[in-house]
Amino acid sequence: MTRLMTSVSLLAVGLAAMPLRAAENEVETLRRQLGELQAQFERSMRQQREQIEALQRQLDALQRPAATPVAEAPSGAVAPAARPAAEPQRAWRPTDPIRIGSGTAYADVGVVATFAVGGSTAEDIEGGTQLGGHDPNQRGFTVQNVELNLQGAVDPYFRGTVNLLFQLDSGGESFTELEEAWLETIALPANLQLRVGQFLSEFGRINTQHPHQWGFVDVPLVAGRFLGPDGLRNPGARLSWLAPTPFYSELFLGVQNSQGETAAGFRGGEDHHGGDAGELPFGFRHADNDRGVHSAGDLLFTPRWATSFEVTQNQTLLAGVSAAFGPNASGESGDTRTEIYGVDLTWKWKSPNHQRGFPFVAWQTEAMLRRYELGEFDWAEVAAGEPRVVDAGAAPAVLAAERVKDWGLYSQLLWGFKPGWVAGLRADYLTSERAAYEQAGLFWDDGSGTLTPLGRDPQRDRRWRLSPNLTWYPSEFSKIRLQYNFDDRRELGEDHSVWLQFEFLLGAHAAHKF
Amino acid sequence: MSAKQSGGWWPGAVVALALGAAPAGAQLNVVATTPDLAAIARVVGGTNLNLTTLARPTEDPHFVEPRPSFIVKLNQADALIHGGVDLEAGWLKPLIGGTRNPRIVSAARGNVRCCEGVTLREVPAELDRSQGDIHAGGNPHYLTDPANARIVAKHLAEAFTELDPRHAAAYATNAARFIADLDARLPQWEAKLAPFRGRHLVAYHNSWPYFAARFGLNIEIFLEPKPGIPPSPAHLAAVMTRMRDTGARVIIVDPYLNRRTAETVARRTGGRVVDVAQFPGGVKGTEAGYLELMDYLVNTLARALAETAGDAP
Repeated sequence: MTRLMTSVSLLAVGLAAMPLRAAENEVETLRRQLGELQAQFERSMRQQREQIEALQRQLDALQRPAATPVAEAPSGAVAPAARPAAEPQRAWRPTDPIRIGSGTAYADVGVVATFAVGGSTAEDIEGGTQLGGHDPNQRGFTVQNVELNLQGAVDPYFRGTVNLLFQLDSGGESFTELEEAWLETIALPANLQLRVGQFLSEFGRINTQHPHQWGFVDVPLVAGRFLGPDGLRNPGARLSWLAPTPFYSELFLGVQNSQGETAAGFRGGEDHHGGDAGELPFGFRHADNDRGVHSAGDLLFTPRWATSFEVTQNQTLLAGVSAAFGPNASGESGDTRTEIYGVDLTWKWKSPNHQRGFPFVAWQTEAMLRRYELGEFDWAEVAAGEPRVVDAGAAPAVLAAERVKDWGLYSQLLWGFKPGWVAGLRADYLTSERAAYEQAGLFWDDGSGTLTPLGRDPQRDRRWRLSPNLTWYPSEFSKIRLQYNFDDRRELGEDHSVWLQFEFLLGAHAAHKF
Repeated sequence: MSAKQSGGWWPGAVVALALGAAPAGAQLNVVATTPDLAAIARVVGGTNLNLTTLARPTEDPHFVEPRPSFIVKLNQADALIHGGVDLEAGWLKPLIGGTRNPRIVSAARGNVRCCEGVTLREVPAELDRSQGDIHAGGNPHYLTDPANARIVAKHLAEAFTELDPRHAAAYATNAARFIADLDARLPQWEAKLAPFRGRHLVAYHNSWPYFAARFGLNIEIFLEPKPGIPPSPAHLAAVMTRMRDTGARVIIVDPYLNRRTAETVARRTGGRVVDVAQFPGGVKGTEAGYLELMDYLVNTLARALAETAGDAP
């Protein structure tokens, strides 16, 4: 290139001294020379790359193990030249390891398995002290979650993700869940992105995180109570728009079915795993979720707006507001609705000299408000002799329609104090406004005429929890976590739980999200 | 993403039209994952580039925080320059998923894998994480060998030319000038380290095999027992024994690794800790660029090796 520079300057000097027509000729020459030089440069680059590749091939051939024609030569019968130069492939044998990994197949395959062991002073662990469907669910061991992840590009237009979940309930029964399975567009115009399939609704922070991404052994109480034990997820579609702003700002709108156990605050209801099949949802009313979808009003809508700022070079803030609107399963009219609103704030500090991501401090808080319309319900519909709700005179209770309001929050702080070690503290709080049905002096008749007074609804009563924990990551592919929960439920009293969680990851490299 | 390349199939052509090349006259928006790649891109691209670097020179490139602002930067990028050997595997992929930018998805022309053409070392014969966090593609720290910087510079000039043919001459000239400068300095660097050929050094993490091979040094003792696995007292005791046996006195530590562990080992063995960096700006005085970083590395190591020369067996 120095030659080019010299010729350019020489030509420039010559140019100044010449008449105009000669100058034009010179410009032509210059242009041609430049073009030639460029072509020459590109050619030499291509040649060098080809040389490198050829050398690499030779190197590979030399490094291949001993199955070379030379070793076969003494047997004589086959001319060595007739065999392929190198044959690294051989038939698969049952004793060979099966490899799963990243970039070597059309999908990245990974497995995350999470287990817990521990105990609690509570008798009602599953669905009682522990509201999450993937929380530890009994004294002794729990298989919290064994998750198979497949991800990859479907074609130039879509990207696909499937999460299949295997679990054992407290009775030892195996079950499988289609946790998520969706495809997402790669290149819609106008910064839009469409996701279609079965997916976790974009509501706040914790709802879209899988158990292995949590900073604690269990889900926050507010998420368990308002969004359901398995989180809010259902078949549907989600459109999101990345605003063309210099900072991160994204709008989401999800439309999903509102029925099923994974839409617990909507037309889910009775039988989430964790509770008895016959257990009533809150409000002491039978659930009515048999209707299909008659109109757009029968769908679940989840809008969200999230934005993020860099407070300093080492600190990042993410804030969001979310909502979920849809019909619920209370009463028989089918027009009762649930509204859930949430705000979330995440702040993270990471050292500018972090090693393996440590030290860091991360603070995450979510607050939610739920307005729930309870439908009218007449317990006379349930025959005498069946378990039912009765009034003080032992007559079937007539529950009036009303709107009840609950709210709650959690706030968690994680401190990665040295490589591999994280100390955490989380506080949970839930409460509600006392509703008319809780003050009506009703009784539970178990069918035999024995009456138990019904006071505050246990699924809406005030409770709080404090959870310190300590996590050790031997590597980024495994973790061991010890957590203590102090629970205080207003009617049921205090409980203490200790859980030890262990987890491993096989296959494709886990990528971290903010 | 020309219609010709996508074949005659009309959806491909529609996508190509909708997403066409950068508007004329504008700079090329380029995002580089790590500061070493950025430093070379800056030299090759010159003023035709609007360059953003995601990782900072002092942080562990395996564990960069994937801030939401990165999504915005990647959304507007014409090119994403990355190492290509999964150094960024822990954070880059989900970011690309959120960017809705087809120009930088893998296999797109704007997705520039800088390792192409580089002969990678330590490609594992078997993928087995009991050996630590090894990368399937090989050791990703290839830019510690200046000869590989030459390959990357040429590759970047080629990539920028494809994306922005109007400035082809500038990219070619810039790359050639960088390579000429590098070729002028390389013999000097080699001469400076030649007296120490065969000397053993200790590194915290196995990031330096390319540098060692280039300059005939021996960097095979590591404070980490396996890549990404923190040092144990038993392993450190073995390291100290090996240091005595090999005469290794210099322990090199990147800015994001635990200097205290290195200092403890140095104190007990009469060695010394030397701050090094793979990324321009990782150590004070290396901010100017890739060649300046190499100058620093060669000079600092030559000095440290000279001053500890009496201890070698």
